[in-house]
Amino acid sequence: MASPNGFLPFEKDIFEMEELLSKLEGQAGATEEIRRIKKEITRLIQKVYSNLSAWDTVLVARHPNRPQTLDYINLIFDEFVELHGDRAFGDDRAIRSGFARIGEHRVMLLGHQKGHTLKERNECLYGCAHPEGYRKALNKMKMAAKFGIPVICLIDTPGAYPGIGAEERGQAQLIANNLFEMSRLATPIICVVIGEGGSGGALGIGIGDRVSMLEHSYYSVISPEGCAGILWKVATDDTKRQAADALRLTARDLFKLRVIDDIIAEPLGGAHRDARQMGNSLKAYLVRYLRDLKDVSTEELMEQRYQKFRRMGVFEQGPQES
Amino acid sequence: MAGARMAKRGVPEGLWIRCPQCKATVFRKEAAARFNVCPECNHHFYLPARERIKQLLDEESFEEWFADLRPKDPLQFNDRVLYSERLKAEQAKTGMPDAAVVGRGYIRGRPVVFSVTDFAFMAGSMGSVVGEKLTRAAEEATRLMLPLIIVSGSGGGARMQEGILSLMQMAKISAALARYDQAGGLYISILTNPTMGGVAASFALQGDLTLAEPGALIGFAGKRTIWNTVRLELPEGFQTSEFLLKHGFIDRIVHRKDLRTEVARIIDYCEH
Ligand SMILES: [Zn+2]
Repeated sequence: MASPNGFLPFEKDIFEMEELLSKLEGQAGATEEIRRIKKEITRLIQKVYSNLSAWDTVLVARHPNRPQTLDYINLIFDEFVELHGDRAFGDDRAIRSGFARIGEHRVMLLGHQKGHTLKERNECLYGCAHPEGYRKALNKMKMAAKFGIPVICLIDTPGAYPGIGAEERGQAQLIANNLFEMSRLATPIICVVIGEGGSGGALGIGIGDRVSMLEHSYYSVISPEGCAGILWKVATDDTKRQAADALRLTARDLFKLRVIDDIIAEPLGGAHRDARQMGNSLKAYLVRYLRDLKDVSTEELMEQRYQKFRRMGVFEQGPQES
Repeated sequence: MAGARMAKRGVPEGLWIRCPQCKATVFRKEAAARFNVCPECNHHFYLPARERIKQLLDEESFEEWFADLRPKDPLQFNDRVLYSERLKAEQAKTGMPDAAVVGRGYIRGRPVVFSVTDFAFMAGSMGSVVGEKLTRAAEEATRLMLPLIIVSGSGGGARMQEGILSLMQMAKISAALARYDQAGGLYISILTNPTMGGVAASFALQGDLTLAEPGALIGFAGKRTIWNTVRLELPEGFQTSEFLLKHGFIDRIVHRKDLRTEVARIIDYCEH
């Protein structure tokens, strides 16, 4: 968890230097010292952020100031026409959807929204979608495909909402429907994990022709806490760290496992330190992907998407070695 | 189950078994003669994959495919026990390389591609081997244009020890089943106790028809996770087959003794 001033536990030294800096900045004649400290802060951030543990990465991915879908809509999309409702039950605020323009492209934008303020978080349940969220997403995607509009999915959820209503209304069924239909949706789909890639709740809008992650996001079959609780019997600081390591959930891990296409670099010290710069990098990737996929025939697109997921998994075949 | 010694294949051994539902003490042979169903209350006991094949398919008709697929430990997962060691123990316990058995066979003379996951092997969870076998089964069913039957039984869904690769198996199988659907194939999904998490949220609920055995636990999130989130008492019969039927997610609840007849009948209705 981040402290009230937004610093993570492993950023203590950085925090102290920045405190010092803000004190000095009020004083006359400290120019030389200020410059030295600024350099030192940069060096420290570089050092800390090039050695993040898996658990540290989870904390960065969950940072309350980390840019979310609505922030990127403001920063890098020229227009957003929100489209509400799943045509069956309601309008899930944990997933937002609508027409958007980015660069020269018109797209259907989908994204989890976790919220920054308490009020917003309560409204969108920290980005944990209900069945209606997944149904809404598919409804908009199908419409996009009909008009040849590519789909962009920004993934940022701890997981699909675990609740009574969610089960009564078919959480598993609606996620299953999305996997099934997204695998053959006849329009380009680009997915980027921008923060938390929490299991089935993430995958529910996570099947695409390009799947990438921001450098300090994570993507996992289960949360480190959940995994620690089951396999280590109890989720403590220590077992959560061990579980986070064991799950191989960082962008670098997923790239090595050939699950994602690209790692999108974050500004020094994480996306939360410079949302604008993060937005620019994300935009560059999205526009490049949109251009890449624009002229691919539907048939070729479908075949490539099939093969992309078809090759995932590691196993042995043949007679057992003794 | 109390007091019963756990046998090799994860079922209580001995002459008698205690029914977890009605608590009656049941003569093992009598339960076995009734499809492993409690004669007192109809509780459906766990059924190993091999028994399932015997019950559902015509005698000696099953031809197993891809039996030489074996799991690896791509993450070198270590939760105080190495995954590679855990696999060896599970393989020794069950006599299976991993949790899924796939192949072809006949149901009352009708040719089908048949797949089943076995709860005894790491709770029937899905890693790369289960994902690959079911994907190949769907692809073969597409190629041969045969009906596809998958009997699911999985406690946790995606297997934690293979991390993100397990999650991606959900995507892989879904894509194969979508192609099979596109080609006009008939997929009958049979849910057994339990079918949860990533298995429920992928292939188990992608059938043209969804059947379930009575009283099976079926859902997305585990009860403990839900309770920790909402802190409310869960409704009576929450996440059972009957609960899902009532809420519209299952076509039919079918007693184990009738499954074979029901599946054959559905195949006849869906013939092109
Ligand atoms: Zn009973």
